[in-house]
Amino acid sequence: MSEKAAVKKLNRHVDLTGTSTGYKVFSGIVLVLVSIFFLFPLYWIVTGSFKPKLEITAREPIWFPIEPTLDNYARLFEHPAFQWLFNIVFISAAAMVLTCITASLAGYALAKKRFIGRTVLFTIIICAMALPKQVIVIPLNQEMTQIFHLNDTLWAVILPTVGWPFGVFLMKQFAETIPTEILEAARVDGAGELRTFMTVVVPMIKPGIGALAIFTFVNTWNDYFLQLVMLNKETVWTLPLGIAKLQGEMSSDFGLIMAGAALASIPIIIVFIAFQKYFTQGIAMGAVKG
Amino acid sequence: MEQNASAAVKPKKARKPSHTSGMSSALVRRETISAYFFLLPSLIFFVAFVVVPMFICVFYSLFDYSLGGINAFVGLDNYVRLFQDPVFHKGLINTIIIVVVAVPAVTAFSLWVASAIYQMNAFTRSFFRCVFYLPVVTGSVAITVVWKWILDPYNGILNKLIGTDGYNWLGEGKTALMCIILILFTTSIGQPIVLYVAALGNVDNSIIEAAQVDGATKLQVFWKIKWPAIMPTTLYVLVITTINSFQCFALIQLMTRGGPMNATMTIMYQVYDSAYRLFDLGYANAIGVVLAIIIAIFSAIQFKVAKTD
Repeated sequence: MSEKAAVKKLNRHVDLTGTSTGYKVFSGIVLVLVSIFFLFPLYWIVTGSFKPKLEITAREPIWFPIEPTLDNYARLFEHPAFQWLFNIVFISAAAMVLTCITASLAGYALAKKRFIGRTVLFTIIICAMALPKQVIVIPLNQEMTQIFHLNDTLWAVILPTVGWPFGVFLMKQFAETIPTEILEAARVDGAGELRTFMTVVVPMIKPGIGALAIFTFVNTWNDYFLQLVMLNKETVWTLPLGIAKLQGEMSSDFGLIMAGAALASIPIIIVFIAFQKYFTQGIAMGAVKG
Repeated sequence: MEQNASAAVKPKKARKPSHTSGMSSALVRRETISAYFFLLPSLIFFVAFVVVPMFICVFYSLFDYSLGGINAFVGLDNYVRLFQDPVFHKGLINTIIIVVVAVPAVTAFSLWVASAIYQMNAFTRSFFRCVFYLPVVTGSVAITVVWKWILDPYNGILNKLIGTDGYNWLGEGKTALMCIILILFTTSIGQPIVLYVAALGNVDNSIIEAAQVDGATKLQVFWKIKWPAIMPTTLYVLVITTINSFQCFALIQLMTRGGPMNATMTIMYQVYDSAYRLFDLGYANAIGVVLAIIIAIFSAIQFKVAKTD
């Protein structure tokens, strides 16, 4: 056997276990470089928030604050930043709770009940999900002002978020994994509809509810467009919205803006990392039959 | 967009009885009543905050509607005006550039990252997945303001590093749109990577091994086995990335406001600009309807192409 053939055979063996070493090293290096590029903005927000003005305007790049200061945060709290933080936490939490309740009820019905209008309803939900969410925000603003008189309240952001059908779709995917026999058994035992739901369905779709909860929380927190259109008064602004407005007014005070960006992003990043497992599971599940 | 929804619904109506066949009519009635009881809370929100605004959007697009209120019914005038509006033309071209560049780049790159990490150990895999998802979680506002600083002509790190002191990346038509697309890219690949890692993990390994024993190359394994198996995920990634790219807003509003000279104007930004700077609400809603139709067409094309593949 020639040397060439032997090498070829060896390579094929390597193929079976994964990929060739050369390619692995190459892809590893690229991955690390790209990761640095992706982590840099976050690093820059955090370090920037502690930099005094001189270090920000210095002609040479300063990679780490030399004389770290809390001055930027002090100036941030001259604005109602705590109020903004409270507002965004309240909006995200309320949207999360309401979405989880309504979506798990509806998702269960769509997955497990055979009723008149089921296919039609499901098709409408799928089509609505393909719509650009932001397009309906402007008419939604009119509706909130003229019909519900909820303009400039936090509910103007919370309620439309709950109406978005992605949650129903996600919970349907999870509820479909419930064996029908278990539901039948509960019915035979004389459990009512609501009792079956609470004692049988909810425990079984708990991972799904977890995924939806974290997904809704993060997405609501970051739904800038809806907040921008719905919330005009400074007292109802959210932290991301407040930062955006500050950036508009004092576009060169980067220290202050980074302090705001840090305060707006660090809590949500912590939530994300803490519940990462649910999150990735939920996203993957939502697309299984997407 | 309503037409789109109802058109898609019609053919399915004929299949409806198959779901309920084999059940007694009393049982069907019972199931239907209890199902709607479960659906009611969700339906109320859905109808009030998705369906109704959709109709309002189409309705208002037929009126001359400004700050003072509805002035007059103008029929399709807003739409006619749209096709003669140079700002809309520029926005349409830019939007298509963004979609045509960002969507394939996001799809290809996220597939590459996912292929590279999905066989790594659990810790490394979730580390990388997390890194690429971070810009999404950090939020469009925080990411945008930090990039604005990075790209700043005098205080930005980029100019300090490469010595192009004073170059205004966002103020020059040549580079502004490029920067927007790059940042959009960094905030878009997180979700596709998560999806692809899950999809690749589900591809049946025994088939791959059998093919390799038979002498298939890595490329053949990828195109003949993995690619068809992850096709539904690719389709989903294409559709969501397209929808997100069309709706790219915070980046543009916070960085360039569509400028310089409409160089970064997009359809989505024009919707906002017409409604809240020019208070031309009828026109804004007409642009919104057209945007929805364009997105529906793009999604339909992607489904068609994926089906025939």
